[in-house]
Amino acid sequence: MTSTTTPPTTSPSRTGGLAQRLLGTKVADVLAGPHDVDHYLELLRPDWAVRRIRGEIVAVEHQNDDSLTITLRPTGTWPGFQAGQHVEISVDVDGVRHRRSYSPSASAHPRTRTIELTIRRHPEGVVSRYLKEHARVGMFVGLSVPQGEDFVLPDPRPRRVVLISGGSGITPVLSMLRTLTDEGHRGEITFLHYARSPQDLLYAEELERIAAEHPNVALLPVYTRQDATSGDPRSELTGRFGPEHLRRALPVDEDAAAFVCGPGALVEAVRNLWAEQELETPLRFEHFAPPVLPDLDPDQLGDVTFAGSDVTTAADGSTLLEQAEAAGLSPRSGCRMGICLTCKCTLNSGVVRDTLSGEIGGVPGEEIRICVSAPVGDVSIDL
Amino acid sequence: MSTPTATPPATAFDDDDFKAVPKSDRPLSPKAPDRESRPAGHSRATASTDVAVAEPGSDTSRTPGPLHAVPHMSQDMLDAFGREMEAIRKKHMDDRGERDATYIRSIIKAQRRLEIGGRALLEFAWVPPFWVAGVAALSASKILDNMEIGHNVMHGQYDWMQDEELNGRTFEWDTACPADQWRHSHNYMHHTHTNIVGKDRDIGYGILRMSEDQPWEPYYLGNLGYVSALALLFEYGVAVHDLETEGIRAGDWSLKERLPMLRAIWDKVKGQAAKDYVLFPLLAGPGAPATLSANVTANIIRNLWTFSIIFCGHFPDGVEEFTEEETAEETRGGWYVRQLLGSANLTGGKLFHIMSGNLSFQIEHHLFPDVPAHRYAEISVDVKEACERYGLDYHAGPLPYQLFTVFRKIARLSVPTDAELQAYLDAPRGNRVVKAAAGAARTATVGAKGAAGVASSGARGAVGAVTGVVGGLRRTVTA
Repeated sequence: MTSTTTPPTTSPSRTGGLAQRLLGTKVADVLAGPHDVDHYLELLRPDWAVRRIRGEIVAVEHQNDDSLTITLRPTGTWPGFQAGQHVEISVDVDGVRHRRSYSPSASAHPRTRTIELTIRRHPEGVVSRYLKEHARVGMFVGLSVPQGEDFVLPDPRPRRVVLISGGSGITPVLSMLRTLTDEGHRGEITFLHYARSPQDLLYAEELERIAAEHPNVALLPVYTRQDATSGDPRSELTGRFGPEHLRRALPVDEDAAAFVCGPGALVEAVRNLWAEQELETPLRFEHFAPPVLPDLDPDQLGDVTFAGSDVTTAADGSTLLEQAEAAGLSPRSGCRMGICLTCKCTLNSGVVRDTLSGEIGGVPGEEIRICVSAPVGDVSIDL
Repeated sequence: MSTPTATPPATAFDDDDFKAVPKSDRPLSPKAPDRESRPAGHSRATASTDVAVAEPGSDTSRTPGPLHAVPHMSQDMLDAFGREMEAIRKKHMDDRGERDATYIRSIIKAQRRLEIGGRALLEFAWVPPFWVAGVAALSASKILDNMEIGHNVMHGQYDWMQDEELNGRTFEWDTACPADQWRHSHNYMHHTHTNIVGKDRDIGYGILRMSEDQPWEPYYLGNLGYVSALALLFEYGVAVHDLETEGIRAGDWSLKERLPMLRAIWDKVKGQAAKDYVLFPLLAGPGAPATLSANVTANIIRNLWTFSIIFCGHFPDGVEEFTEEETAEETRGGWYVRQLLGSANLTGGKLFHIMSGNLSFQIEHHLFPDVPAHRYAEISVDVKEACERYGLDYHAGPLPYQLFTVFRKIARLSVPTDAELQAYLDAPRGNRVVKAAAGAARTATVGAKGAAGVASSGARGAVGAVTGVVGGLRRTVTA
């Protein structure tokens, strides 16, 4: 439960300078061909990259039993991010590469060269559990470019900024708060955060420090567990989000921007009240909800969508390949018995039954052999 | 083990302590239905194509099976064998995990080290020891890249790892053949139609006569010459393989249609040549000729090695070929038996298997092309055991001997038997040029026959010596 480390202000990932620039040339590409330069750099200098983005863990901090904050030093290929965006990190667990999105919580100010991620362990989360147990300084993880164009601070900055979050939804709005204070923002910033109890409040000391240093920042922690309300002297508000909380957070509905990130119920409550009161201030929101896998009967037939061709047809129990052909498409295929992989296609959503083994499986983004895959329930593939 | 067992495998199940595979009643293939009755619940569109379903109560194990090579295998036995193979496959597919990832990543690491080390050494290739060490490292890197990594990754053996660098659909390898064309000619054409003459284009690669079922013509007198050239330039042979250039001779080949493929090959070859024959030598400055010669040598060593391993997979003595007729109604079980009989293994040590990309376990590879190849050694124990129970041949031998039988076959097939020659001369021919060539061929064959005879007896002697040495070595090792 300590405060976070100050990010280094230099850019140590850039020390490669000329060497890295040479490695990014076309000649280097041909020399490394048909693989890419990063293929070899990963062995020689994992902290260098010319195309891929990797991050080295430079600090690990266990906020509490469930949450962990890691600081990453990205390769020079990291383009920087805007406060509120998220990034996909990839780690190998049991031989399988898993990818998860997290929102950096540190300031997006250009002088910050590190990426700080706070990860909350989910009981069934492969990646969060792995990182909570195995994250060590010196370890490398894969990174994507920052994603999300909507949930970011508008330019120019509005006078008033309202940041509402719940639980681990604190990370993107904390990044906004830190970015604004780093920029020397003079307008009012309200930080309305919902946690179960003071013990569950992430970044408690950091928030306190920011509030103390910046008189324009109003910190409003709310504890949702009944017995915990009296634990924190700053806790003026109680209960769930409602008109009273809104009045404190946004006293004047003018020249403002509002952001909400957290569990579905909180986001829903905020959006409803916003609509009810017909507020002028634009509200941007982001859900933090794990995907729910529907319980499906293996023989259940739904609709099959061939997303690339914009065709939807009712499933008839045959394989996706047969269905695609019946629908008039001509997908690439070869052996039609699951061995040559010619027909492999990305599964957008839904699950499929392997007609050879009878097993049900498939996660969005996975490539499946459509000649031996029959849809279970509604399925969409990229064909 | 070529004697068919008298007992049908059903009895063998009961007597053995072998854990019987539960008789599943789902079809073994989406296309070719198993002969077991299908469940009513799954409305398969293929139901109407279900042929030759046994009359209830008839003893199908007595009727000869569809494959001429194994007449003792009834359709039921083929399917029972297929189910056992499916069980082996499932066991290993379900077990994939950290172990496989660690293995392939360690091979990749080794390949990267060898590549970097080899390239660095060869910048000083004018120093003879560096030339030798660099060639060794670079050929080893290319062999690992092409076989244990490239070939196996492109079969999708590591797709489950979800690593974009190990994705079978996008992987590109360090050889002249564009990976996309390989995926078609190899993963589909060869692995689906293995050893079916007329369908499997790996039989002779469209330039050689590798089977008695290919009608003889004078062109094939050059068989030994063609194969030697193919071995040296194997990467280019593989590169043009998917173009189906044999169609040029038959006249059903359109340059316009093949243009995109040619362009892809040209782009790939250009990049490979620029790297190995221009840029790396230029970087060596005045040592360029030495570096160039070293790179050429490394590529040739890789070519000879991959050619040897691949040709020993399907062409040594004893390996069966099949006709389109006998496989027309093939079930998944029949497919498994064909893969088994159409492939041959190479025996050797652990390093040998790694350097051959575990294609030394060609049988297991053809049975389970998408199971991580480093598992083939342990899988082979189960496969061999099943083969014994079903009275199926399991071909394996050391590389030098197997290669010898391949070359002996190529030499033998270059000259026609009297009947083949007669058949050739009797066949209706379109133009006089061919007729004239046929006449010339008749005289040439007599000479060639003699030459081939001398060559093969000489080779036989050499192989005898080699086998003796190998045997001696093995005895020394075991002692």
